[in-house]
Amino acid sequence: MANGGDVAVSTEALQAHYRMMQTIRRFEEEAARAYAQGKIGGFLHLYIGQEAIAVGAAAALRPDDYVFQTYRDHGTALALGMPADAAMAELFGKDTGCSRGMGGSMHLFDVERNFYGGWGIVGGHVALAAGAAFKARYQREDRVTVCFFGEGATNIGGFHEAMSLAGLWKLPIVFVCENNQYAMGTPMERTTAIRDLTLKAQGYGMQGDRFEGSDVTRVYEHLCAAVDRARGGEGPTFIEIETYRFRGHSMSDPAKYRSQEEVDEHKKRDPVAITRAQLIDAGVSEDALDDVDAEVDELIDAAIAHADEAPPAKQQVMLDSVYVTTYPEAG
Amino acid sequence: MAEMTLVQAIGDALRVEMRDDPDVLVLGEDVARVGGVFRVTSGLLDEFGEDRVLDTPLNEGGIIGTAIGMALYGLRPVAEIQFADFIYPGFDQLVSEASKYRYRSGGEYHVPMVVRAPYGGGIKGGQYHSQSPEALFIHTAGLKVVCPSNPYDAKGLLASAIRDDDPVLFFEPKRVYRAMKMDVPGERYTVPLSQAKVVRAGTDVTCVAWGAMLFEAAAAAEKCAAERVSVELIDPRTLWPLDLDTLLESVEKTGRLVVVHEAPRTCGFGAELVALLSERAFLHLEAPPRRVTGFDTPFPYTHENEYLPLEHRITPALLETARY
Repeated sequence: MANGGDVAVSTEALQAHYRMMQTIRRFEEEAARAYAQGKIGGFLHLYIGQEAIAVGAAAALRPDDYVFQTYRDHGTALALGMPADAAMAELFGKDTGCSRGMGGSMHLFDVERNFYGGWGIVGGHVALAAGAAFKARYQREDRVTVCFFGEGATNIGGFHEAMSLAGLWKLPIVFVCENNQYAMGTPMERTTAIRDLTLKAQGYGMQGDRFEGSDVTRVYEHLCAAVDRARGGEGPTFIEIETYRFRGHSMSDPAKYRSQEEVDEHKKRDPVAITRAQLIDAGVSEDALDDVDAEVDELIDAAIAHADEAPPAKQQVMLDSVYVTTYPEAG
Repeated sequence: MAEMTLVQAIGDALRVEMRDDPDVLVLGEDVARVGGVFRVTSGLLDEFGEDRVLDTPLNEGGIIGTAIGMALYGLRPVAEIQFADFIYPGFDQLVSEASKYRYRSGGEYHVPMVVRAPYGGGIKGGQYHSQSPEALFIHTAGLKVVCPSNPYDAKGLLASAIRDDDPVLFFEPKRVYRAMKMDVPGERYTVPLSQAKVVRAGTDVTCVAWGAMLFEAAAAAEKCAAERVSVELIDPRTLWPLDLDTLLESVEKTGRLVVVHEAPRTCGFGAELVALLSERAFLHLEAPPRRVTGFDTPFPYTHENEYLPLEHRITPALLETARY
């Protein structure tokens, strides 16, 4: 990962992107299976179809940059380097999960990789990202913050309050709107008066950028430009990336609000397939790519096995993680 | 040592903590140029500059949310909300984000943030400039709630709150802001969180009150003394996590309890105090615990002195409980 600035993408880099996108895809396919088997509780929001965004964005960042994501967070966590074991164990509610089983699918965290979650309230995390960006500048750190959210969040107050402050203070932050067309089950034209969401950035004195996001290299290049602007003190950028999730909003959503034809049309722009085709065009053999797929399958099988066997989350962690300092008899 | 009002003592706490730790900063509506709606942050901009004393737009969710983000990796922001009544636009940030961050990350992240807000009645503020919302936040696991009653405690408690690694809501009784002065050391000192104070020792009935109502309870205790009823008055100072031991010791001694607060009665913090102490001191009780509180109505503009649990409502409750 860690590049930041050099936008020339080598075949090796593209291969690494392919491996990561395939890892995310396979991680989620197996997570969906485990969910159906009752091994994962609650909600599971799959990122399938959007992988190019997490992978392209992560490649544009340095390891010490800050990243905030919504509840659809598996892809970003893995792209930032979270081990598949720790992510899967968290989904299974196990003690070896990245949040020790306290968070679950929607609330992945990773201090080591500066991944700040994992947020279950739409728009609730956007101001936090602005605060992290403020902190980086205040302490004269060369760190950029990237905050992801869906198009549904751009109608919520928390989004506007954060954009207001980030624009005012010209913070080193990149806002990435992953516009997957549906706020849960309602299409954007039924919830939002405009089609071009970067118009909202203008109101906050912020640079806007808008593009289609199925090509990981395109995502990487656009993110590099925005990250460079932030790093160079030129303030925040609001990026709208047009994308599409191939599955429902969550595992419990049959997605009957859209036609199979519509889904099939979007599947023609499957980011994993696109990257694979690009690599073959670049001279990489089918066999070599099949080998990558087989290695990824092994990795994910191992993650499932690890999550199956890991000890369950501990009740004491639940009681001990509420406050840093606690007081006996207090609760 | 200097004589200070509550406003001055809180401003002084901010000043000494900011001098000591460059990671402490202040943000909120009008806090920089104006010095805050009640002038608590007056003078901070001149001393610490624009980087550390930040005027914000009118957006409580943004102020609190940004403060959480600042706090995640080492800053110690102190956000001011102009009135506790204005905290609700930022409620989601406190209840969904700040309070749960440590828990959701399995103990990895914590939020050393303070949100200051003047609360309570006494200035004819009506519905939206008078409320006491402490119970809403005490009910939210993961938040700490502090409520000083006087300048000395306020400075020491705010210092502790700023240095505490958990998110702290610091409710300031605006009725007391300029109503009294007392000697406050100029240097840094702390009053520990979660340590109640026995303000007046007594033997017949325990009275728990905080913030501005502590003074009303003290006046009532004085009236009771004239009637030969000895009141033990306790100021919890930190409402949560609570110093239950001090309260329990007192109730076991007196066998009688009266709780006073400005907030409406139903599901107010008084209900929790009565429950906690009844559960633990049941066999010591000689009378039903009593609550003297605000009414279950919006805070009134015209009937403020009837709504508030002032001395004239506390005294009879104490006497009746003592003589039950």
